[in-house]
Amino acid sequence: MALSGVEIFKLLPKTNCKKCGHPTCLAFAMKLAQRQATLDACPDVSEEAKQVLGEASAPPIRPITLGSGDLAVKMGEETVLFRHEKKFVNPSAIAVAIKDTEADDAADAKIDAVNSSEIDRVGQKLRVDAIAIMNESGDASKLEALAQKVAQKAPNVAAIVCTENADAAEAALKNFSGKGALLYGVTDANAEAMVNVAKAHKASVGVKADGLDALSALTEKVKGLGIDDMVIDPQSKTAKDMIENNTLIRRAAIKKSFKPLGFPVINFATRDDSMLETLVASVGICKFASIIVINSVEKWKNLALFTLRQNIYTDPQVPMQVEQKIYEVGDVTADSPLLITTNFSLTYFIVSGEVENSRVPTHLAVMDCEGLSVLTAWAAGKFTAGKIAEFIKESGIADKVSHKELILPGYVAILSGAIEEKLEGWKITVGPREANALPAFLKSRAA
Amino acid sequence: MAFTPPKESYSGKVFPVEAGTGDGAVSLGGENVLPFHAFEGEIPNKPLVAYEIQDVPPADWPDEVKSQYEGVSDDPVKWAKHCIDELGAKAIALRLVGTHPDGANRSADDASKTVKDVLDAINVPLIIMGSNHAEKDSEVLVKASETAKDKNCIIGKAQEANYKTIAAAAMANNHKLIAMSELDINLSKQLNILITQMGFDNARIITDPMSSALGYGLEYTYSVMERIRLAALTQNDTTMQPPMMADVGMYVWKIKETQAPESDLPDWGSLKERGIAWEAVTASSLLLAGAELLVMRHPEAVKTVNSFVEELS
Repeated sequence: MALSGVEIFKLLPKTNCKKCGHPTCLAFAMKLAQRQATLDACPDVSEEAKQVLGEASAPPIRPITLGSGDLAVKMGEETVLFRHEKKFVNPSAIAVAIKDTEADDAADAKIDAVNSSEIDRVGQKLRVDAIAIMNESGDASKLEALAQKVAQKAPNVAAIVCTENADAAEAALKNFSGKGALLYGVTDANAEAMVNVAKAHKASVGVKADGLDALSALTEKVKGLGIDDMVIDPQSKTAKDMIENNTLIRRAAIKKSFKPLGFPVINFATRDDSMLETLVASVGICKFASIIVINSVEKWKNLALFTLRQNIYTDPQVPMQVEQKIYEVGDVTADSPLLITTNFSLTYFIVSGEVENSRVPTHLAVMDCEGLSVLTAWAAGKFTAGKIAEFIKESGIADKVSHKELILPGYVAILSGAIEEKLEGWKITVGPREANALPAFLKSRAA
Repeated sequence: MAFTPPKESYSGKVFPVEAGTGDGAVSLGGENVLPFHAFEGEIPNKPLVAYEIQDVPPADWPDEVKSQYEGVSDDPVKWAKHCIDELGAKAIALRLVGTHPDGANRSADDASKTVKDVLDAINVPLIIMGSNHAEKDSEVLVKASETAKDKNCIIGKAQEANYKTIAAAAMANNHKLIAMSELDINLSKQLNILITQMGFDNARIITDPMSSALGYGLEYTYSVMERIRLAALTQNDTTMQPPMMADVGMYVWKIKETQAPESDLPDWGSLKERGIAWEAVTASSLLLAGAELLVMRHPEAVKTVNSFVEELS
């Protein structure tokens, strides 16, 4: 159970020596309770306190890394159940399943799809994170052949070896030795043999059991065998089960500090219907899965799932911002009108959406105001006549348009005179206050 | 260490709301748990997906979704019947977009004739929406309420600027009311309070906290919905207990991801599946956040969302 600041304070030296960088031991204790400081900042802490606090301050969901190098994916470390409380920390990894019974060209096509899956969206590079090779055949040599192919064709992509057969595990996993692979398929029956294979190749393990009670017992067993880096699979058959199991696991770990389930969760969301599979995977993204395994990774599906993952895992306390630049909405020409607004992402989405609705091609100047909306940015002194004039001058837009007219949001009409003074030769026009009036405004000007 | 499932029980519940009449009536809401948490409470009704139709042909819909209604979208009655008979629609959402003063500027009388024609032709619940022009909507929706009297429709959207006339008409003619505010739990609560202060029963409201498309502010709608539902359940806040609506299709089918051809953006993959997935994933995530009534456009997206709801129920 997480300790309160006062409970932590009782375990500290209470000398107020300031060596930790905080004015008092109580202030340090409060920071520890909020997980904004770590205990090693205190040089005088007792061994007893270290032990008690060390256990209490360990993250409720164990941090584990999948893969290695630049493409490694971090998992775990989550602290909340709802994204409005605090940022969800480590975005769900998307893995594609390849069965060792699939035809060579089908397997090749999937590996190629993973290798070419990278998409840049709002400044983030997103890709399929892992390949799960599945021992569908039950045959060790078939799994080994597939593992060799994957290791050769996608050497930097994290591998998940899925089998319950320790011999097949050894045959496949040796191809990914030391590369942060995950050996999935540890059960109560095969635990010793599988853990030995995983240890030999420095892999983490994926454990599975029917029901959360059996799963808890199994993680304790695996821990006893000397592996702490685990991913757990409650074997949910339906989207309904996924919600139930993932929710109970997250609650147990975070609200009850129940260590046996304090591990990242893997969900197999595979479905024959690719569109339905996309929606089942969306449950994993919204509801606490750290790895989501799917059958196919078409580009359209990746784009939708990556975008959802990005949306769900953004920090709710930091306004989403878009890049400062002059956006071109529609097929603009030098004669197209020029609008200006701020870079709060919602402001941008709503304004650009309404400009699209108007079907009038428009240059949309989006100015960096630290993610504030128009009125807030104006009130905070970030959307001022001087700053607007400077942005327009430096943007170089004057060379791209045949006119010198800037359309200002109606809410900051008061700035128009001052901008005209600072932007010599420009005409400032006051546009509508609300974005939904933009289509009528732009159309009437174009007519 | 033995595992005890950390189940939770809640003090509040979502109002059950029925729309439509007779055999075609459908109920939504009524659950006393978070979305799809059947393991710890009661979920008497599944979410309802309504097919969106319009009073004028959908000139501004992208081809992929417009082409689905070729030959029927020139006539709202044909369009509604097609959705019910061919696509299995359990509800129809008629958007009177043609009444917008910047568009076809149809009169309230013309729009109300369309409402009557559609109502006469269908036996599933009808959701009647305006063109989102606050002033014109209060005229159009009042007339539509009268025309649809006692048909137990869902009418809206009532917003801060026009809720009085629309709520009064919905009350007088026995309809349910959509109350829409812009992505803010406090605004949403305030509007529901204002409407109930007029004597409107809050068990007859549908809350629309404003939708957004995947990638275009979805996380705001998602979290506002989650917070509204938590307030309804954990704090037993009756002003937050109406079922919620997500107006999905309208936001999805105007963004770049549903229109840019693969030839322009090869990294984005097939436009056809991309558009359907965009609408379906926007819908699925808002279902997980708490939406009970979805308004959607593409038949394939609706079909997949319905299969998804089956898997969740």
